[in-house]
Amino acid sequence: MKPAPFDYVRAESLAEAHDVLAAEGGDAAVIAGGQSLVPLLSMRMARPKVLIDIMHIAELDGIAMDNNTIRVSARVRQAELLAWPDLAVRQPLLAQAMPWIGHWQTRSRGTVCGSIALADPSAELPLCLLALGGEVTLSSKQGRRSVEAGDFFTGLMSTARRDDELIEQVSFPCRRPGEGFAFREFARRHGDFAIVACAAVATEKSVQLAVSGVADRPVVRDFDDASDAALAAFASELDTRDDLHATAEYRRMLVRELGRQTIEEARRCRA
Amino acid sequence: MPRLSPDARHTVRVTVNGRALEGEAEPRMLLTDFLRHKLGLTGTHVGCEHGVCGACTIQIDGAPARACLTLAVQADGADIRTVEGLAPEPGRLSILQEAFRRHHALQCGFCTAGILMSLNWYLARTPDPSEVELREFLSGHICRCTGYVPIVAAALDAAQRLRETGEQR
Amino acid sequence: MNWVGQSIERVEDAALLTGRGRYIDDLAAPPGCLHAAVLRSPHPHAAIRAIDVSAARAAKGVAAVITADDVTQFGAPLLAGVKANIRCWPIAVERVRYVGEPVAVVIAADRYLAEDALELIAVDYAPLPITLRPADALKPDSAVLHEGLGSNIASDRSFRYGDPAGAFARAAHRVSVKVDYPRNSCTPIETYGLIADYDPGEDAYDMLATFQGPFSIHAVLARALKVPGNRLRLRTPPDSGGSFGVKQGIFPYIALMGIAARVAGRPVKWIEDRLEHLAASVSATNRMITLEAAVEADGRITALAWDQVEDVGAHIRAPEPATLYRMHGNLTGAYDIANVSVRNRVVMTNKTPTGLNRGFGGPQVYYALERMMQRIAVELQLDPLNVIRRNLVPSGVFPFRTATGGLLDSGDYPAAVQQAIDEGGLAELRARQQQARAEGRLYGVGMTAVVEPSVSNMGYITTVLTPAERRKAGPKNGAQATATISLDPGGAVTVHVSSVPQGQGHRTVVAQIVADAFGLRPSDIRVITEMDTARDAWSIASGNYASRFAPAVGGAVQLACERIREKLARAAAAQLNVPADEIEFAASRVRARGNPDNALPFARLAATAHWAPGTLADDDQALRETVFWTPPQLTAPTEEDGINSSLCHGFIFDFCGLEVDRITGAVRIDKYVTMHDCGRVLHPGMVAGQVAGGFAQALGAALYEAYVYADDGSFISGTLADYLMPTSAEVPAPLILHFESPSPFTPLGAKGVGEGNCMSTPVCIANAVADALGVKELDLPLTPAKLAALVHAA
Repeated sequence: MKPAPFDYVRAESLAEAHDVLAAEGGDAAVIAGGQSLVPLLSMRMARPKVLIDIMHIAELDGIAMDNNTIRVSARVRQAELLAWPDLAVRQPLLAQAMPWIGHWQTRSRGTVCGSIALADPSAELPLCLLALGGEVTLSSKQGRRSVEAGDFFTGLMSTARRDDELIEQVSFPCRRPGEGFAFREFARRHGDFAIVACAAVATEKSVQLAVSGVADRPVVRDFDDASDAALAAFASELDTRDDLHATAEYRRMLVRELGRQTIEEARRCRA
Repeated sequence: MPRLSPDARHTVRVTVNGRALEGEAEPRMLLTDFLRHKLGLTGTHVGCEHGVCGACTIQIDGAPARACLTLAVQADGADIRTVEGLAPEPGRLSILQEAFRRHHALQCGFCTAGILMSLNWYLARTPDPSEVELREFLSGHICRCTGYVPIVAAALDAAQRLRETGEQR
Repeated sequence: MNWVGQSIERVEDAALLTGRGRYIDDLAAPPGCLHAAVLRSPHPHAAIRAIDVSAARAAKGVAAVITADDVTQFGAPLLAGVKANIRCWPIAVERVRYVGEPVAVVIAADRYLAEDALELIAVDYAPLPITLRPADALKPDSAVLHEGLGSNIASDRSFRYGDPAGAFARAAHRVSVKVDYPRNSCTPIETYGLIADYDPGEDAYDMLATFQGPFSIHAVLARALKVPGNRLRLRTPPDSGGSFGVKQGIFPYIALMGIAARVAGRPVKWIEDRLEHLAASVSATNRMITLEAAVEADGRITALAWDQVEDVGAHIRAPEPATLYRMHGNLTGAYDIANVSVRNRVVMTNKTPTGLNRGFGGPQVYYALERMMQRIAVELQLDPLNVIRRNLVPSGVFPFRTATGGLLDSGDYPAAVQQAIDEGGLAELRARQQQARAEGRLYGVGMTAVVEPSVSNMGYITTVLTPAERRKAGPKNGAQATATISLDPGGAVTVHVSSVPQGQGHRTVVAQIVADAFGLRPSDIRVITEMDTARDAWSIASGNYASRFAPAVGGAVQLACERIREKLARAAAAQLNVPADEIEFAASRVRARGNPDNALPFARLAATAHWAPGTLADDDQALRETVFWTPPQLTAPTEEDGINSSLCHGFIFDFCGLEVDRITGAVRIDKYVTMHDCGRVLHPGMVAGQVAGGFAQALGAALYEAYVYADDGSFISGTLADYLMPTSAEVPAPLILHFESPSPFTPLGAKGVGEGNCMSTPVCIANAVADALGVKELDLPLTPAKLAALVHAA
């Protein structure tokens, strides 16, 4: 269980990283915290020719607030955002969901943007980004662009990121007055990937419910009427299948039940 | 911008337990292999090499982390603590280590180094944890021998003694 | 004051806590040592048409590539415990039979380069139809794994004890259970590892391996390597990262890597990785069981009819099919049941071969037997506690011979049950259950009674042979435990035992025993447990399995102490002018009883045979004593197939209360009580550790863990994100209670205790879940999805 050989580039500026990405494209892989990539390397399921370490690029550091948005740069580790003193006030959903990511010992190294880039269908951060309607800032030699969360996750572990791009930052909207948030997750063990996770954002008019662990990517739905029938319809439409840990039917049931609980709690939090 | 080719070995410099050390590593070498086989620090154990079991947990730049989920080249320049750095001096154990011995919180001892490195960090920032908090924190480690009961007891006991003595480590 | 019985700090711990353990991968490799990586089959069953290793041989850093050609040239097949026309090798020969089976081995300068070269080996496979489940293996048209066998049934034996047919004919009720017991493993956190070396000058192998015994396997390996036993030196490292039986399963790799070292002409190191371990190390057996009971109206069982189909996977690895026979003497559990019939079949399937795993046959047998007890209560509308009590072996009848030939050494089962329900608070748990149910919650109470066998009779496996086959092969029985005590010129005491500890603190307990015997402190005693078949005293029974340490090895240590003490006492008697039987050993002195001033320092007396042997009678020379001890109760199977499969039988009574979440199906253990009678307790802290540790593994088996194969034969529990071992957040603390009935058969009165909860706990939890949900059939693991489906179907 040892990685295949690769070149390693410790990029010290964004431009350097862009250059290597432009030259190597799909043969390059960006490494930040490495908490998901390194095991994939060790199992030889990921086989980049070049690994670009972006953790020494000064431009990619920091958590910033701007325009009622939390901007998290690519170097920011999950533990750093979780320890950010303003988090619970600015974005309660993240404060609720992030302790469910892996364990302390992986959040200390894993980055926020790295989790978004990996796009694991049962991960918490892509779910939150989608539920909150955040966006991803990508950059390359060609320039910079922003992609909304709803357009970013395109399939199983696949995203709108082009091979020559890296994620510079992700942006989570701050809590707005009158919003309520809730997060629920069911996993086999503490810290495991979710069988089903639900994130809800309640406003005066409606509730956004996002679910992960079910389809090939996180899925969000706007509910005017969070009736059992509406949830059942949502659950039945989800494209899910049986795996080692749960049946498709079980996951749909959890979407209905946890979904309802999450929506109710988000509404209560609004009040 | 340094670019390290796959076949060549490169010097990786780290501070381990307060001492500056260096060794040669290919880019693909895992930090576990580097610590154990290049620096001779075999107290850090390898249990799964995919980040689940927690046996290889060390402290990197002041936070607990899986050595098996880190490449040696990524750790170049890092400040690392391993189990070899916990005891105050040869022949003496730290408060945490003593508590483990007193409570029989280890049997085969293979997972123990990782658990100690996690707890050493945690108890310094959470001096008075509840049992529930401790159990949640320790869920990043798998112990196959003890059933966790004595580990939790040792951690609670160590926390109390650390509070009483004011000793940090 | 005795040291034995106290929870002293372990002598092992200071090193292990400071990173100074010496596990296999920590040891310095010999000069010139190369590293191995194994190419493994991606197919469950396929013919190997061709293997092209030329590119791998030419790859950077590669010294050799080993295939079946080398192994069949230098080796011989691995013998198994049944007489069947099967040739099992440590590498796939002409055919692969399970996913993960070794196909080739690359020997290279380091593990990274070895893995690189694996990718350059081209294997041309022709996939074959598979046989995956034991029920399929019984079918006459199932795809045959071993042509020489002609079918997939390697053994089929029937047994009758008493008059089961008559008892069933007369019985008021027949109750039956069907069980499909899954595969799982106790998966130590340290994987397999070894360093192999071959000396062509002497045609001798030197193998340092994380092997845990039994050393009967040494004979299998010597034969597989085609050398006499004295040319296979098998050693173990000072520390082990856990085994739980599992590291017995390294032995095919000892043969394989021995040959690899021979071909490479260099020492070879192999450290198994976690993916290899999960897919292809070893597994406990999965078993298909139908158990029927003849039951009177009051719940009294008059007969049992067992039908067990044991799935040992693709090869029969010695000592298999021992998992199926280890419990043979106690197939009636903790109960007095006079009539028993048994049909035992051993089948082969396209899965990883099985081997030792904590509990070894107990989890499977007790799952069926104790589910049966619960079903009797349900079907006859009786209190499950009363069903258990009505059938328990009564007080005052020990030693008690079971129907199948077991000899239960000691105990008072009804009294232990009473103490457990009083101290464990069964009444309060029942009250909590009533309240929970009144609130509409799914709360169940389960219980189970178990006898925990320990110290295996090395002859039990021959029960798989017919009496005629046994007559031909000659009797096999007993279990030699050894201990060696040496006195050095300074009078210091060193002990060696061949118990091959895997983290259980043997060095500490041996030091306690010896300190008591000689009136010393445990810190005065040095205990060595590294094993070296070239130098140490050992027998085929040596090793770490069947919970034999405390009863058998501890007993042998005690006997060795007594032998030395007698010699020293005679020597001291001469010097102190008192009769030898008035000599006592206390406070680091040897002294006259009643006159403590008339004394010699122990160290001076102990050094006498070094410095002044001429002052001692020939019989009194005390330099080194090795004791071999085999208990007389471990006799060979009788002509009627009666077998006392184990020397000691502890008693366990467990009960628990748990709740099943109506929505998620998740199980929350409310309270778990486990009562143990393991005879004399030598170190309470370690006994608690064995119980709590076994409980956690059993909780894993009950709720989380399974080695799962998809219908196409692929292995889908291949990472630790798939094979879920419970963590501190999932495992509650059980309430541990004790009832002490010393064993009359062991020198210290101790019995084994390490495996019991792996036998009692899975079924105790299942009984509680069955009670909570009101369901009849329930197979492990009890996953949330499985239980939620049962809840929502109800």
